[in-house]
Amino acid sequence: MSLETLYQEILLDHYKRPRNKGVLPHASVHGGGVNPFCGDRIDLYLRLEEDRVVDVRFQGEGCAISQASASMLTEAIHGKTVEEIRAFAARVEKMLKGEEGDELDGLGDVQALQGVRKFPVRIKCALLAWKVLQDALGEYLRNPA
Amino acid sequence: MASDAPVLAGRSRHVVADPLDVERIRQDFPIFLKRTGKKRLIYLDNAATTQKPKSVIDAVRRFYCEHNANVHRGAYWLSEEATRLYEGAREVVRSFLNAPTSSTIVFTRNATESINLVAYAWALNHLKPGHQIVLTEMEHHSNLVPWQMVARRTGARLEYVRITDQGKIDLDQLSELLRRPTGLVAVTHASNVLGTINPVAEVARLARAWGARILVDAAQSAPHIPVDVLDLDPDFLAFSGHKMLGPMGIGVLYAKRERLEEAEPFLFGGDMILSVDWHESTWNELPWKFEAGTPNVAGAVGLAEAIRYLQRLGTGRIFSHERQLVRYAFERLSEVEGLRIFGPGPEERLGVISFEVHGIHPHDLATFLDARGIAIRAGHHCAQPLMKRLGVVATARISFYLYNQPDEIDALVDALQEARRFFLG
Repeated sequence: MSLETLYQEILLDHYKRPRNKGVLPHASVHGGGVNPFCGDRIDLYLRLEEDRVVDVRFQGEGCAISQASASMLTEAIHGKTVEEIRAFAARVEKMLKGEEGDELDGLGDVQALQGVRKFPVRIKCALLAWKVLQDALGEYLRNPA
Repeated sequence: MASDAPVLAGRSRHVVADPLDVERIRQDFPIFLKRTGKKRLIYLDNAATTQKPKSVIDAVRRFYCEHNANVHRGAYWLSEEATRLYEGAREVVRSFLNAPTSSTIVFTRNATESINLVAYAWALNHLKPGHQIVLTEMEHHSNLVPWQMVARRTGARLEYVRITDQGKIDLDQLSELLRRPTGLVAVTHASNVLGTINPVAEVARLARAWGARILVDAAQSAPHIPVDVLDLDPDFLAFSGHKMLGPMGIGVLYAKRERLEEAEPFLFGGDMILSVDWHESTWNELPWKFEAGTPNVAGAVGLAEAIRYLQRLGTGRIFSHERQLVRYAFERLSEVEGLRIFGPGPEERLGVISFEVHGIHPHDLATFLDARGIAIRAGHHCAQPLMKRLGVVATARISFYLYNQPDEIDALVDALQEARRFFLG
């Protein structure tokens, strides 16, 4: 278990140069969450047009894994429909929990998160942004604005 | 009490001529020996729990191999022998705390259970609406959450003594607070985050002058500095065995006899009764009134051996060794750019150092160090209100014990420098 498995270059790049960081006023979907164990915090903002993400931002603080994961998330879901995002997030969650084999096609940069599987205490860090996303979309679908 | 305890009477700035032979001490700890050949273990999380010397492990093993029987029950020699060992362990703890009688020494699972015992058995029956419970901002959750429960149930109010920017409690504010009716002052002897050694004898004196009871959480202090209940004079004092070389699952509550007498039992069942009728029972004498059910006899025996081990080496020598490590750590850590230490200077703390490295989250730091065989703690250290006070969500923490060495601090500092290149480069 080398450190480089966990902190892959792409991941460190997202941590040092987070993509889409900031607040989105008038977001169609907004959600936030924390990991009480370590204090990691993520807020997500999505703007939808005709069910498709046309803009996305995240705010947060915490470890490299949690913040890089959120940054990757914003790139991964840009341009996707809500249904596509939910399917994608479910796949990522399975990958992080080690429930899926090696079928990581189409996950892009997000693949770099798979190293956490060898570091059980860090899985929660990687999962946080994706859980916030799933919860926020679930809420959005139940109560569309 | 260790024979050299008076050396420490003046606290911190003393020099013991006879330093510990750490290389030899390390030979007593199987966990360090097993690792030879593999990656070296640099264990810097002693405030969480300590490693166990072979003599403690053997004492527990020997109890089960040679002396195992239930205590206070059987009219046969093996049970008498187990009872003798269990009560002998109580006597070792009594002498360690310099308590007048072993009837005021109650065995529990750990400091948390000891504090809960006070909360349930004494505080719920003695605190009233209008009372305050005075805590400090540096309490561990174990000396904070039970008092939230007591406050909710009794109508007493929680008040917190501020800590200064140097990480010390504000005694002036404590004196102010004590002007109002105070049921209990519950304070830690030493902070598990800041390492601050609190002047608990002074706190107890103030509290008593205003008629308040005092509880001292000695979980962090008992392993490292003398805890003399005649000197500190608390109403209650709690600590855990596993933070001082003892087994997990054995802890101690000391309390003044009057407090134990006026308290209700905490747990009800076997061994804590004198007689039981269909509808009523009478309670056993102290301390057994508070020890319902089969106790952790092997744990008590192990704890007694841990105390003997510490006393053989001498509390003063151990403290002196740790103080030198703290001084050296302060010196070396100051070389790391962006590193900030929380709490007081090296002369006013135990071997506990919480810090942050600017730009690197404590969890990333801990994972990085772990890959180099260095075990440190990262997180809120069960002191979330204190984290709030410090304005951080988490810190990294190193904590020393008698088996740590300066070259482990060197390895830590090298790894911190590498971590900076890795995460910030």
